[in-house]
Amino acid sequence: MREVYLDNSATTRVCEEAAQKALEVMTEKYGNPSSLHSKGIEAQHELEAARKACADMLSADSGEIYFTSGGTESNNTALFGAARALKRRGNRIITTAVEHSSVIEAAAELEKNGFEVIYLEPDKSGRINIDDLKKAVNDKTILVSIMAVNNETGAVQPIENAGRIIHRAAPDALFHVDFVQGFGKLPLKPKKLGIDLLSASSHKIHGPKGAGILYIRKGARIIPLHYGGEQQKKLRPGTEPVAAACGMGAAVKALPDMQSENAYIKDINMYLREKLSGIKNITINSGEECLPYILNFSAVGIRSETMLHYLEERNIFVSSGSACAKGKKSHVLKAMGLTDKQSDSAVRVSFSRFNSREDIDILVNEIINANNTLARSV
Amino acid sequence: MKEIVLLKLGEIVLKGLNRKNFEDTLIRSLKRRLARLGSFRVRAAQSTIYVEPMDDGIDMDDVTECVSKIFGVAAFARACTAEKDMEKIKAAACEYLADVLGDAKTFKVEAKRSDKKFPYKSPEICNEVGGCLLESFPHLSVDVHHPDVTVTVEIRDFAAYIRSDLIRGAGGIPVGTGGKACVLISGGIDSPVASYMMAKRGLELIAVHFASPPYTSLRAEEKVQELLGKVAAYSGRIKMFTVHFTDIQEQIREKCREEYFTIIMRRFMMQISERIARENDCQALITGESLGQVASQTIGAVACTDAVCGMPVFRPLIGMDKEEIIEISRKIDTFEVSIQPYEDCCTVFTPKHPRTRPVIETVAAEQDKLECERLIDEAVKNIKMLVIQ
Repeated sequence: MREVYLDNSATTRVCEEAAQKALEVMTEKYGNPSSLHSKGIEAQHELEAARKACADMLSADSGEIYFTSGGTESNNTALFGAARALKRRGNRIITTAVEHSSVIEAAAELEKNGFEVIYLEPDKSGRINIDDLKKAVNDKTILVSIMAVNNETGAVQPIENAGRIIHRAAPDALFHVDFVQGFGKLPLKPKKLGIDLLSASSHKIHGPKGAGILYIRKGARIIPLHYGGEQQKKLRPGTEPVAAACGMGAAVKALPDMQSENAYIKDINMYLREKLSGIKNITINSGEECLPYILNFSAVGIRSETMLHYLEERNIFVSSGSACAKGKKSHVLKAMGLTDKQSDSAVRVSFSRFNSREDIDILVNEIINANNTLARSV
Repeated sequence: MKEIVLLKLGEIVLKGLNRKNFEDTLIRSLKRRLARLGSFRVRAAQSTIYVEPMDDGIDMDDVTECVSKIFGVAAFARACTAEKDMEKIKAAACEYLADVLGDAKTFKVEAKRSDKKFPYKSPEICNEVGGCLLESFPHLSVDVHHPDVTVTVEIRDFAAYIRSDLIRGAGGIPVGTGGKACVLISGGIDSPVASYMMAKRGLELIAVHFASPPYTSLRAEEKVQELLGKVAAYSGRIKMFTVHFTDIQEQIREKCREEYFTIIMRRFMMQISERIARENDCQALITGESLGQVASQTIGAVACTDAVCGMPVFRPLIGMDKEEIIEISRKIDTFEVSIQPYEDCCTVFTPKHPRTRPVIETVAAEQDKLECERLIDEAVKNIKMLVIQ
């Protein structure tokens, strides 16, 4: 039975280029990039090439890119690092109610430590209102963290003007963007948008798990989470995850032209959207203005998990929400105003360049079968 | 609405009959450096150079970043072009300046009307445009003495240009107009700064680096390449020559008195660099020495090293404190690279008590214990060359 993998926002299949590079770094260029000998220098060159690839993607300088273990570490470093660096300047942290758990939970922890955290609420489309941000930022604000693309719905937050608004009202504040679901899919230049910190991850773009980057604008200061050696300007000490990082670099280089990939994904997305709209009891939760890589829908009455397992038995892989929530109720869909009924039956389909319309045909076929045969329990 | 960059020339405009040469060199280097960003029309008129992007996808931030590093540009500004029609100028000003004026509280408008056929006189232009901006941005007020933002409307031959404040450029005079010189570069903080400063005065650069494996690591050499890469952002491409220096250093250690190690080593460096410099049509050497910073940079030591060199040696940092040098190195982004801790050839073979007041004759006698000519010939024969862009 053909495998239909449609859970690319959870993780992606590692592309050939990335796997080859990681293997080469693990088995041939296995030196420690900090070693003084040529074996070390060889590894360092590979690491720096990967850093450059990531920097180019963001039109940033290599010196602004720090390798981490992934999105969660990047987000945590950004939030705690900024809050601790700026705690004398103010107390207010602003984020949204629809962030990834690695931002939400970090923010909650900071709240316990005495910071005032404001959660901006989204509208029905999952987007926050930029005027709410304007109202929330004051001169006591030290950090604003807004995700670029929502991991459950694909909603794109209006961050184009956010940097200007934040820095005008709070010149000291740092602006962090969780770009995990947008990296490689959406053109974005942090420098241009006044973004000081930005997180991205390797395994969402066909790179290996275990690597991510944190962009730190030149001149922005944060306090590191870890203490140790001299690696990465002491901001992220410890031997770099060379194989995973180089795999990430290779994955970035292997990305097709953004515009044409976007068009390809958009086509698949619209194809599925069209087919689903003809099926009764199905509502689509992702608006058309969302990033086309994610489509969230509810087969009302059928529990998300039931649908997931039903499809899984037929070799089709989707998600019941965010993989990181491990089945907990979605705070994102709730914040968007979905009823419990809709939210309990939400299914997230997420695409990659390795999918095709054929995958969609197989998926839709089985959804129709499920819709007709499964017991409705919610 | 088309956006362009206007460059204001600095001291070039004072160059009398040679001015055309300076301008042409500047335009050539602008074109060469901008080429990687896309295609541009670059032309000079009325003491201003116009850089006009010809492709759609060009990011103007990249353009200003690039021109901010080109010597000979005193100041620059992004500007939007408008037809020479008052209503269109007003509309363009309101749209183009929305971001800048949104951040400001006070402003004023200045007008430059070099096209005297334009029906409004300068004060009238100021009135019209100022009034229109006040209406569109009610939070603003006019302050003619200390405005947050000065809006300038220039009515020129081809079009009208609307811009906010000028940004300071890299200054200096265009690279290549002053001839060519060879910098001795170690990997420390000083020599990249010295390179930058002399490029600013119009010199084209080549660089000589001394490597002493196994006393120094390949990393030290790569560090120098990285530093020169940062300097090259200002100076244009640099040919880097790496000299294998171990033999000479070992010979010195074997045969000369310890307190003269450093000074004799420096004399060899000067001699070798001068050879390379002459072979590459350079007319001077550049070093990053600062008087009194270390024992080899005292007045006596400088005299001893100059004694073996037959061309001018430029030492732009000679009267500067370390702090002042660091400030420039941060500005040109070399500081972080310079402070990486790799051994360079100056720190090995350092005597415990170097002579701070060496006598030229004694130093020369010490050096003559070695077969200088042969050693220099060999060193020059074995150089490696790399072009840094």
